[in-house]
Amino acid sequence: MGDPIHQFQIQNLFMFGQMGSNPIAFTNSALFMVIIALGIIAFLMLTTARRSLVPGRLQSISELSYEFVADTIKSTAGTEGMKFLPLVFTLFMFILVANLIGLIPYTFTITSHIIITAALALTVFITVLVYGFWKNGLKFFKLFVPSGIPIYILPLIVFIEVLSFISRPISHSVRLFANMLAGHITLKVFAGFVTMLGGLGYLGWLGATLPLVLVVALTALELLVAFLQAYVFAILTCIYLNDAIHPGH
Amino acid sequence: MANGTHEKDELKRKSDEAALSARLKSLGERLRKTGAAPHPEKSVVQSSDPSAIARGFRLSTELVAGVLVGAFIGWLLDRWLGITPWGLIVFLLLGFAAGVLNVIRAAGAGQNPGTSSRK
Repeated sequence: MGDPIHQFQIQNLFMFGQMGSNPIAFTNSALFMVIIALGIIAFLMLTTARRSLVPGRLQSISELSYEFVADTIKSTAGTEGMKFLPLVFTLFMFILVANLIGLIPYTFTITSHIIITAALALTVFITVLVYGFWKNGLKFFKLFVPSGIPIYILPLIVFIEVLSFISRPISHSVRLFANMLAGHITLKVFAGFVTMLGGLGYLGWLGATLPLVLVVALTALELLVAFLQAYVFAILTCIYLNDAIHPGH
Repeated sequence: MANGTHEKDELKRKSDEAALSARLKSLGERLRKTGAAPHPEKSVVQSSDPSAIARGFRLSTELVAGVLVGAFIGWLLDRWLGITPWGLIVFLLLGFAAGVLNVIRAAGAGQNPGTSSRK
């Protein structure tokens, strides 16, 4: 109890070896990533193993998640964006399950670490760059040159466009990380109030009901945030990929 | 006995379903007359809209990210070229402009499927 930051601590579980002077360790963060990835794979394979035309409850969960992501891609990046379905679906499911698992007490929330979200956002950023140049060649630079701009302010606009483009992976990663971090700290602090007030005696327990109610409400809010953040991450991925597919203005 | 009631239930369910679909059809018919039925094309666009909360989450970080990137690039230029404080001043302002651009795009982007998010 007490320290609300303690839940984000990285612990080494066992060592693989050394790279230079840095030890390569299997951490609790890595453990949860493995659990999440294996859990998603196992769930999707088990629920679609016995494919029936009229889906059961579990099968319809996996079908709904596929359709949800597919609709998101089609509506933001068009049908051409469907070739990125594996990427977007993987990102969405990974973040969603990571956020949801993090809500269970005594678990570790991997998306509350910026290194994880930054790695995911950079994957998208680099995919956009590589695919954009591979598909459009130098025409990809049209992304930075809006049409219908007078020539004398064009250099300034190009500068701003480039800055705006570079700021994408930052807002993409910080949004997810900050929301999860802040949410979990708030939960912990309010839960801490309950026990602290309870230590004051009979009147304290009476006062502790207020933070207890708040913790319940906040948990519901965090459930919403966990889903919404995964959705926002997926939809922004689609919007960025759309720029790589259609860089013109 | 169990079999008989089961069959009866089945029959009842089927007639219920037929009645329900008939009612739904007539409701759709009446809605179309009043013009309240969702336009098929319009509903596609609406479903592509992120929900309002999701959009709010986007707006909150877009501006900050632009300013941060501008400040960071300006600071790096200052260090490399020794032009303190001009790099920071210029790029902080440019970053602010980029942040505002991000926010405008976040508020209006992603509505036309198959086209660029820039307008």
